[in-house]
Amino acid sequence: MQERVRQLLASQKVDTGAVIPLLQKVQETFGYLPQEAIGQVARLLKMSESEIFGVATFYAQFRFTRPGDHTIKVCLGTACHVRGGSQIMETIERELDVKAGGTTKDFKFGLERVACFGSCALAPVLVVDDKVYGRLSSGKTKEIIAQHQ
Amino acid sequence: MSNVNLTINGGKVSVSGNATVLEAAQAAGIYIPTLCHHQGLAPHGGCRLCLVEVEGMRRLTTACTTPVAEGMAVKTDTPQIQQLRRNILELVLSEHPHACFTCDRKERCGPLDICLRNVGVSERCVTCPKNRRCELQEVVNYIGMPEMTVPYTFRGLSVEKDGVFFDRDYNLCILCGRCVRVCQEVRGAGAVAFTYRGSQALIGTAFGQPLYDVGCQFCGACVDACPTGALVERSAKWMGTPDRQVTTTCPYCGVGCQLDVQVKHEHIINVIPNKDSPVNKGQACVKGKFGLDFVHDGDRLTSPLIKKNGSFVEASWDEALDLVVRSFSKYKGGQFAAIASAKCTNEDNYVLQKFVRAVMETNNIDHCARL
Amino acid sequence: MQTKAFDDIRAHAEKEWEALEHSQKPRILVGTATCGLAAGAEAVLKAIEAELAQRGIEAILMQVGCIGLCYSEPMVDIVGPGQARVCYGGVTPEMVTRLIEEHVVNGRPCSDLALGTVGKGSADGIRPLFESPVLKPQVRIVLRRCGLIDPENIRHYIATGGYRGLAKALKMSADEVIAEVKRSGLRGRGGAGFPTGQKWEFCRKSAGKQKYIICNADEGDPGAFMNRSLLEGDPHSVLEGMLIGACAIGASEGYIYCRAEYPLALKRLRIAMAQMEEYGLLGNDVLGSGFGFHLKIKEGAGAFVCGEETALMASIEGKRGMPRSRPPFPAVSGLWGKPTNINNVETWANTAAIMENGADWYASYGSKGNSGTKTFSLVGKVERTGLIEVPLGITLAQIINDIGGGMLGGKAFKAVQTGGPSGGCLGSDFLNSPVDYETLAKAGSIVGSGGMIVLDEDTCVVDLARYFLTFVQNESCGKCVPCRVGTRQMLGILERITRGEGRAEDIDQLQTLAETVRDGSLCALGGTAPNPVLTTLRYFRSEYEAHILEKRCPARGCQKLVSCYILPDKCEGCGICLKACPVEAIAGGKRMVHVIDQVKCTRCGACIDICPPRFSAIKKVSGEEIEVPPEPIPVTPKKKAAKTEPAE
Ligand SMILES: Cc1cc2nc3c(=O)[nH]c(=O)nc-3n(C[C@H](O)[C@H](O)[C@H](O)COP(=O)(O)O)c2cc1C
Ligand code: SF4
Ligand code: SF4
Ligand code: FES
Ligand code: FES
Repeated sequence: MQERVRQLLASQKVDTGAVIPLLQKVQETFGYLPQEAIGQVARLLKMSESEIFGVATFYAQFRFTRPGDHTIKVCLGTACHVRGGSQIMETIERELDVKAGGTTKDFKFGLERVACFGSCALAPVLVVDDKVYGRLSSGKTKEIIAQHQ
Repeated sequence: MSNVNLTINGGKVSVSGNATVLEAAQAAGIYIPTLCHHQGLAPHGGCRLCLVEVEGMRRLTTACTTPVAEGMAVKTDTPQIQQLRRNILELVLSEHPHACFTCDRKERCGPLDICLRNVGVSERCVTCPKNRRCELQEVVNYIGMPEMTVPYTFRGLSVEKDGVFFDRDYNLCILCGRCVRVCQEVRGAGAVAFTYRGSQALIGTAFGQPLYDVGCQFCGACVDACPTGALVERSAKWMGTPDRQVTTTCPYCGVGCQLDVQVKHEHIINVIPNKDSPVNKGQACVKGKFGLDFVHDGDRLTSPLIKKNGSFVEASWDEALDLVVRSFSKYKGGQFAAIASAKCTNEDNYVLQKFVRAVMETNNIDHCARL
Repeated sequence: MQTKAFDDIRAHAEKEWEALEHSQKPRILVGTATCGLAAGAEAVLKAIEAELAQRGIEAILMQVGCIGLCYSEPMVDIVGPGQARVCYGGVTPEMVTRLIEEHVVNGRPCSDLALGTVGKGSADGIRPLFESPVLKPQVRIVLRRCGLIDPENIRHYIATGGYRGLAKALKMSADEVIAEVKRSGLRGRGGAGFPTGQKWEFCRKSAGKQKYIICNADEGDPGAFMNRSLLEGDPHSVLEGMLIGACAIGASEGYIYCRAEYPLALKRLRIAMAQMEEYGLLGNDVLGSGFGFHLKIKEGAGAFVCGEETALMASIEGKRGMPRSRPPFPAVSGLWGKPTNINNVETWANTAAIMENGADWYASYGSKGNSGTKTFSLVGKVERTGLIEVPLGITLAQIINDIGGGMLGGKAFKAVQTGGPSGGCLGSDFLNSPVDYETLAKAGSIVGSGGMIVLDEDTCVVDLARYFLTFVQNESCGKCVPCRVGTRQMLGILERITRGEGRAEDIDQLQTLAETVRDGSLCALGGTAPNPVLTTLRYFRSEYEAHILEKRCPARGCQKLVSCYILPDKCEGCGICLKACPVEAIAGGKRMVHVIDQVKCTRCGACIDICPPRFSAIKKVSGEEIEVPPEPIPVTPKKKAAKTEPAE
């Protein structure tokens, strides 16, 4: 891990304000921000580890635990909320026995809540990995999960 | 920067053009309640208690962040401002224990008395080492205790006891960020930071690691900056208020930091770096802040010792100095050399060097810091 | 400036566009913006490719942005050689064979599937799309190219008038450009509606050599997607606006701060910027004018507050996105302490149009003091959801009824929420009010960046206020006390009320807290966060009272305050709800009237969704009880049932 982070960071451009792009790169590669990586980013940027952790925890995008193989993001934006987004979330929580923000025991699925993908006209919306599904119902949601099982 | 003229509550004030409204008010002796403001730190604008009215501005603005301007008219205590402050203070207190503000016995209780209010030990006023130097108390005294209509929630966090010098109890934290700012801006350590956000925001370290793993120097600057009892010196924790305070110079090195030493029952219970000293401006290192307890050590030398027949024997100062004089007078010039200590003050070192050159007639004087 | 260089580029681009317009090959355009993709455009695209390959047809297949009719996505446009362009909506892979067979091969547009024709020419039995009720009241300035050009091809942009505004601006002095923008009356489209020309002037006059401009593409309002559509459909219009602004302000560097949730917009921006470099529109010497400009993209990392100017700049600097007090204003001390000008995506795109067509042209749209158009994402409970662009001053009724086609499923209108979490909830009294900055502000809401969410009788406004407070207390940066603690306390009260545990004093306390947060907060997030609560308290007070005093949710939206019953005279005992219930709260059997166990039931509504509409046997009520049998009983034969099953 240590070595992989080092190699990754060595290949990145480091300029002022590089913290967030670097963390994004680490997360893109590992799926989350391992503790070692925060330490190495800190050393690279000559900042303190706590400061970087403070930045990382500010932004909803960053996670600190291993994600599932598939990430399901359920939109709970306003348009999705008024069209039943929370029912979709509840359906998935029940189907996969996992809470929003968590990962199934077999690490197959991670479930996240997101505030708007900008597909509000097709609310309610969810995204599995990078694929967007709109105009959902509980039934359709179950089908989508089954497809990825 | 040239001076500008403004009025505060109708009175004329003239201050430097780069002052803030808060500084102008302080110069004019007008009190504005503050919590997140701290001398020597960049303005933060988080606690919102210093809100004032500036003529021509659409909203109330914070005195601590607003620069003065020529002709500005400021009001600091209209009923509207006071009400808003009280409402904001109520929100602060919904996250901070407040038995210490409401109990009528607060002046009379000792640290070990049983609390008649049945408040948990960690939330009790007399056991809070910041009792009577807590800025929250000062602010409540001025604004008045708000009627608590919103529920108080105890965060239920465990007290962080990393290291031996101070404890961090974030149940008492009001997130003013003074500790974070002093650690980053002044000390350059960045051991603590704001973490998470919104109602989850909290002061903490990377992954909640103990301070000694995240670059903490244990200088205690955060403890001194903290307006509440969240960060407290362990030595002072159960000691109550000190009997007296003595301002002195730190004995550890030649910098000459001024320290306010707090004494109770003739024991040093706490050390606070002196804020007005031009040398250290309220700062100290771990030794000055937390290392003065050697004063009370049983093994400490309190009188000179003279070696007689292979072992040290206590002697009086006269005896000791006589011995030195006798021994020194045997030598002159190149036969003699002296090494000064970084632990001595500048003045001590000066005198020693003068002595070596003028009395011992040699330039063989050196200093342990000149490596 | 070497105008010749640009003229050459333009001539070349126009030739390519002409050739495309008059191509002898059929053209097929598929809308593949995010909304199109979400509705299944990818499958349609694949089907078209397969069909074309199978038949050996040579056609030009293009991917375009969104024209805003999201309700009829996926959309496909077909242009036969020399024919009008026909737009089809709601296309499925199954429909592709017929479209290709009839329209592409036989040259006969399928009028029954068509939404309308676009542009010049006509087709039998198909009316022009822009004459349809949904598009007729709209005025397309910002969105004029969306869905019509290939957003990944800069030559399409240039051929349709692109970069002409910039070419003009480069020939004018900075003061003239600013004067032109001022005269247009353009106001910031990101929220507060501050006059754009004036903002530029402040920054221009600010001392300092290094200045920055920023495009705010954070679009944090959950439920709004105007900026996304524009960036996906016509990225160059935004970039051209930025170049014009940079040149007027004297900025040599710019940033686009775009939220990471918009991967396609980011991709199209990157492509657009690479093309600009290729054409000499970015770099040390833009179009040979001596003006140098460099642009960088910064991806947001998921924080609503980073839409706030000072937080956004902190975020670009790599810090926590915590706002700071003003003064100093960004125009004086912004990014890295240098003078900085921030505008919204739509504001930038507008300036390009203004420079191309002139301030007077722009000011001829909209109303006095509110000139021009505004895009809105019209979503929620309307028939036709989508992205719209309307002149300011249009009424809410026109938007909802004419453009939106009225309420979804014919339900009653209740309210419209504009401005997202910072805005307010306005009821039917405001339907005939004009949509402009002042009117909405006076009503306690804001125009905001353009989110417009329509609510019907089934949406509980107390629950909506609770929803927004959940959002802001999560998204608050946590720096200042009123916002960090106040919104949490407000949420606590609202949660209590929607659970049916409200207390009589709650309304007053909400009001006080809301005012404290509004007046005491550092930034506009806190300053506007109470708006949803304040407006619903003002216009829908009786709903709060029903929740608190009668423990009843009039809209039947609060799960804890409703119950679901199966009506014995309607249930046909089909058993479908029994299977759908996730918590096994329904008892029944074949041809038995099903019964819901009120203790087990979580009011998730799965049974209501699944009960066949011809039965509609399940009813949700609040504050009342319906007499139902305690246990399943046999279905009593009904008249209708008797007709279909005469044997019994
Ligand atoms: C909490 C908060 C969120 C905001 N989000 C956005 C946003 O997503 N997009 C945007 O353009 N402006 C947003 N704004 C407004 C910006 O701060 C700023 O006013 C705007 O970008 C200025 O551009 P304009 O003058 O072109 O409107 C937000 C403001 C606040 C307080
Ligand atoms: S620990 Fe003390 S100084 Fe630090 S934020 Fe909390 S109250 Fe302020
Ligand atoms: S109002 Fe909210 S978002 Fe703005 S500074 Fe205060 S805590 Fe942060
Ligand atoms: S609200 Fe769900 S996609 Fe916008
Ligand atoms: S002292 Fe000014 S906001 Fe805290």
